[in-house]
Amino acid sequence: MNRIDAQPTSGASDTDRPLVFDVQGLNVFYGDFHAVRDVELPVRQNEITALIGPSGCGKSTVLRSLNRMNDLIPDARVEGQVAYHGVDLYGPEVDPVQVRRHIGMVFQKPNPFPKSIYDNVAFGPKIAGVRSGLDDVVEDSLKRAALWDEVKGKLSESAYALSGGQQQRLCIARAIATRPDVILMDEPASALDPIATLRIEELMFELKEDYTIVVVTHNMQQAARVSDRTAFFTVEVGEDGTRTGVLVEFGDTSTMFTNPSRKETEDYITGRFG
Amino acid sequence: MTTTTPDLTGDPARHRKERRVKMVMLAAGVLTIVVSIAIVLSLLSEAISFLTQIDLGQLWAKGWFPRRGRFDLRTIIVHTLLVTAVAMVVAVPLGMGAATYLSEYAPRTVRRVLKPLLEVLAGIPSVVLGFFALTWITPNVMRRIWEDTELFNMGAAGIAVGILIVPLIASVAEDAMRAVPDALREASYGLGARRRHTTLRVVLPAAISGITAGFILGASRAVGETMIVAIAAGASGGSLLTFKITEGGQTMTGAMASLAIGSDQIAGVGAAFQSLFFVGLLLFVFTLILNVASERVIRRFRERY
Ligand SMILES: Nc1ncnc2c1ncn2[C@@H]1O[C@H](COP(=O)(O)OP(=O)(O)O)[C@@H](O)[C@H]1O
Ligand SMILES: [Mg+2]
Repeated sequence: MNRIDAQPTSGASDTDRPLVFDVQGLNVFYGDFHAVRDVELPVRQNEITALIGPSGCGKSTVLRSLNRMNDLIPDARVEGQVAYHGVDLYGPEVDPVQVRRHIGMVFQKPNPFPKSIYDNVAFGPKIAGVRSGLDDVVEDSLKRAALWDEVKGKLSESAYALSGGQQQRLCIARAIATRPDVILMDEPASALDPIATLRIEELMFELKEDYTIVVVTHNMQQAARVSDRTAFFTVEVGEDGTRTGVLVEFGDTSTMFTNPSRKETEDYITGRFG
Repeated sequence: MTTTTPDLTGDPARHRKERRVKMVMLAAGVLTIVVSIAIVLSLLSEAISFLTQIDLGQLWAKGWFPRRGRFDLRTIIVHTLLVTAVAMVVAVPLGMGAATYLSEYAPRTVRRVLKPLLEVLAGIPSVVLGFFALTWITPNVMRRIWEDTELFNMGAAGIAVGILIVPLIASVAEDAMRAVPDALREASYGLGARRRHTTLRVVLPAAISGITAGFILGASRAVGETMIVAIAAGASGGSLLTFKITEGGQTMTGAMASLAIGSDQIAGVGAAFQSLFFVGLLLFVFTLILNVASERVIRRFRERY
């Protein structure tokens, strides 16, 4: 099954999809450390955008600035523009809590709460004040995350009784339950075995019907398999030894992997990096 | 091509030294155990000797008056529980508030100042807290609420004991909360939770076994606290059973203290003096049960993240 072939070939119809994120001149600092410099990144609706590049090049940093998770790091500072459906995410009126209800997140290591499967999925709706119809939300979210059939008989059991791959799909279900518009995934399969990884990839593919997905991955094949567009980051080492992440190239995944315009990209995706 | 056998022999002097260190450690460990067993055995033998001297009905008499041969256990147990309950009512909210603030809300710089301050509070000698209870808590707290509070009363003593165990409860709870991995907090914030949701619905439930163990340890410390009740709860001569915290009352530790320092004029003589060991044994069993319970709680509900 070659799912890349199933994609619409790049062309005018692609660029017609509305922009969900329009990132312009994004700079992120941790204290004095300039982690990411001048990132321009368009993210389009119902597409999977992959962020790839060597470790430490700022992929997670960029991803976390899309739902203001960087606010939680005391000395992190974000400069530049992150427009979400045209609204400046870092505008003075914006409540980061509301932002995160629209833009969900799945982390590298599955991190279910030490609660039942049901309570994990119901967590987001509950804190948002939803009191009725929780059962339906839980069932629907688990179905969308392709986990329902495996857990429907044991919703009250601890989430820790699930395997790693199931836990990660539970985390996806938990994110879906808040009815987000975007799901950010930070190396969602890196802690999983190949079969569980494949299931997550299939799931991402199904989810993009309804959601916009931005995924960080260090796995070239994964980016090639699942994403519509790819952003390639690398680390620039200044003459004083400072390491800053920069975006090298952005484009259609098929183009990036078959005919990259930059030498660094080609070296990286063919494994000749470093 | 020649291969040389590597020389892996260690320095024999070093070997001997390590063996010596090990022996010293072992001796220290054995000594501790022997001393503990000796204490329990001497408590036991004195307690048994006490029981053989009295009529068992005396353990169910009217009030705790050792000089008159009245050794009502209900009196001192109920009073102990009253003081402990007051202490917990004071210490649990204060300790949890401090722990929650330090673990979840305080900026790093504030925490760096406040944590040592909590240790200072833990270092206040209990005799100071006892006088504080008598001279400040009784007039300014107890009598504000209940005008007819006696000068020596269990309420003031309980409040002071509560202050005494706040640092213990706070530090155990804070450790338990900080042991909750940040990955869970991130998951919560990532779902659009505010800090109070994250604290109340993620961190506290995840840390509950450690927090509970801290409460039990705090209660155990309150049951065993002596100086404060000896000073502020009064009734050094003995007391009748009362359920009122506005009145004075003898606790297990208070009873032992007054027997031991001879304020009851009976130091060293007869069954009254030996009752000291009986109560001591009772107290030992009480705190042992509480400490084992806290171990159990920790082991049974060991957090798995
Ligand atoms: N909380 C933080 N505080 C300080 N520096 C950080 C923090 N998080 C990441 N960094 C630094 O920022 C750079 C980019 O990190 P990250 O975005 O995690 O890279 P990637 O996800 O591509 O591996 C790295 O040099 C990393 O050490
Ligand atoms: Mg990363």
